[in-house]
Amino acid sequence: MTVPFFDPVTAVLLIPISSAALLAAMPGYRLTARLNVVASLATFLSALSLFMVERPSPGPYVLIDDLNIVFIVLNTFVGFTTSIFSASYIAHELETGRLTPVYLRFYHAMYQIMMFGMNLAFVSNNIGLMWVAVELATLTTVLMVGIYRTHAALEAAWKYFILGSVGIALALFGTILVYMAARPVMGEGQDGMVWTLLVERAANFDAALLNVAFVFLFLGYGTKVGLAPLHAWLPDAHAEGPTPISAVLSGLLLNVALYALLRFKILLAANPASIAPGPLMVTMGLVSLIFAAFMLYRRRDIKRLFAYSSIEHMGIIVFAFGMGGPLANFAGLLHMVMHSLTKSAIFYAVGHISQIKGTQRISRIRGLTVTHPALGWGLVVGVVAIAGLPPLGIFMSEFLVVSSTFARQPLLAIVLVFGLLLAFGALTLRLTSVAFGEPRGSTAPADASYIPMFAHLALVLGAGIYLPAPLVVWFQHVAQLLG
Amino acid sequence: MQMHSLAFDISHTLAGGLVLISLMMLYQDRLYSLLNVFALHALVLSLSVAWQAFIQDAPHLYVTAVIALVFKAIVIPVALHRIVKQLGIHRDIESAVGIGPTMLAGMGLVALSLVLMLRVTSDADPLAREDLAFALSVVLLGLLVMVTRRNAVSQVVGFMSLENGLVLAATGAKGMPLVVEISVAFSILIAFIVIGIFLFRIRERFDSVDVSALDDFRGERR
Repeated sequence: MTVPFFDPVTAVLLIPISSAALLAAMPGYRLTARLNVVASLATFLSALSLFMVERPSPGPYVLIDDLNIVFIVLNTFVGFTTSIFSASYIAHELETGRLTPVYLRFYHAMYQIMMFGMNLAFVSNNIGLMWVAVELATLTTVLMVGIYRTHAALEAAWKYFILGSVGIALALFGTILVYMAARPVMGEGQDGMVWTLLVERAANFDAALLNVAFVFLFLGYGTKVGLAPLHAWLPDAHAEGPTPISAVLSGLLLNVALYALLRFKILLAANPASIAPGPLMVTMGLVSLIFAAFMLYRRRDIKRLFAYSSIEHMGIIVFAFGMGGPLANFAGLLHMVMHSLTKSAIFYAVGHISQIKGTQRISRIRGLTVTHPALGWGLVVGVVAIAGLPPLGIFMSEFLVVSSTFARQPLLAIVLVFGLLLAFGALTLRLTSVAFGEPRGSTAPADASYIPMFAHLALVLGAGIYLPAPLVVWFQHVAQLLG
Repeated sequence: MQMHSLAFDISHTLAGGLVLISLMMLYQDRLYSLLNVFALHALVLSLSVAWQAFIQDAPHLYVTAVIALVFKAIVIPVALHRIVKQLGIHRDIESAVGIGPTMLAGMGLVALSLVLMLRVTSDADPLAREDLAFALSVVLLGLLVMVTRRNAVSQVVGFMSLENGLVLAATGAKGMPLVVEISVAFSILIAFIVIGIFLFRIRERFDSVDVSALDDFRGERR
């Protein structure tokens, strides 16, 4: 089926960028917040239409395949729900005077530019263009992390900036090395950076150079994925920025960097003489998991707590993709989707909670299920999901990761399970104190938007109970693609 | 062959000069002198890029050379000079590690990158090969500048010298597409950082021996 004058790829890119220009020019909070939601919805719908229309054949810049459709749809969906959450969150920030209307305009424009950058990174078939897009998305989030302009927010933004820039610089060096490795085979010019062409002929590339390139790419994009020990920017950026940005950072931006890594992993897999990226990813994944699990115990700030939980889950995902093979890849992919949905739902709840209580300090938040049942129980379900309890979706994906690892590397699986249990303990400990017990702090009624949170949780629950067959087939196919 | 080797020698000299200037940055203990050395770094980079544009017959690289010359060798150092003056930090001696160990580490990094790059690129043509080895040295030395300095301005200088190394690598990779676009993207990034320092008056890297102050920033004090 083809619709004349409608190209979903163009729409996915053009809607965010043009609405960014519009949002930057328009005054008034209500109108712009609504426009932000409408634009995000339109982007999501065009992303969905990627399933219907015929895919464009891979060109020098644009590529649509089974792998990136998953990422684009997830990205635009969470972008859309976050824009709904953001509308009610930002209204409160305006009332309390933490944000001024001018900054709000800036915020909305940046939000859409960020969506543009992330979508561009997903659709790009050119490794240079992908790098530019990731840089753009990073830059906009840096600006949004620092938007409150408090000392702590600026410190966080600066740290993010410097570490992110170093990461991105290393990734560029890796990209240049890939081009150098490909040049004897591909010739000079444009073709040497087109991913689909590179993969086709990767077998003849200079393996040694490709290895070095991957190390740089792994360190560079790995910084942005938040892998320990390159994660230092992540907790600060999550804790000090506006909560909608924490939600998109955890739910989406980490995935963008992960996606870039996966593309290069496929490239390396196509060259038999090069190193296997697997062990490197497995090691870093496990280190992140264990490190973050320990760090969870010492957190006193609720957003920081969930930021470390993101490091933990990115560790699991990178571990799963590092193990490779159809089952582990399937599990990794599923875990990534589930983590994005759950973590952003948790941040929606946390955002409203910290607004009501006027603090992010865990010790000052108690008995939420008594004072704010909807938010409290939403958080409980979210944390139960993120801790990996049945019947929610993350249980299933973690179970798949663990069982596929047990079948192949029992020793690694023991370490993995140890990390998972450790994180589980920390999260339950914090959850009981926050959700139950004697209420503490303000009990003002919540002016919250519950729909995004419960929509995400319902999806996670649904996926835990029953995965639709077409989705399973799709993911299996993508898992095969990932090798 | 004789002509070819002249082209080779000149680009070799320029790239080597960049590494040397990167090493010079390591022992500058005044901000003004660090900025001057950086301006020299950018100047040599722009000469090197222009030379590559000439020998590769790639006119678009002249754009990158002009950006390096105007933006990085003139505009940014001048702007940073003024910021340093306004923030009143020009007297600061602000390296976290002594000059001796830093220089030793710098030499180690150069040796490391030469060994690594020359070994893995044994099949590539010699020009690109040495260019890449030098570029990696410049990148690593830039990282070293960033980690051994406390001050936001000198960290930015470290980052910019790192980025010069990337531009060197990109222009050395013959026929690489998007070089101009990438150098423009980087210039925007740097402009943002510099504006950020100016607007937010970030004086230091916020690190302190006083751990309680750190806990306070992070909102993690009990």
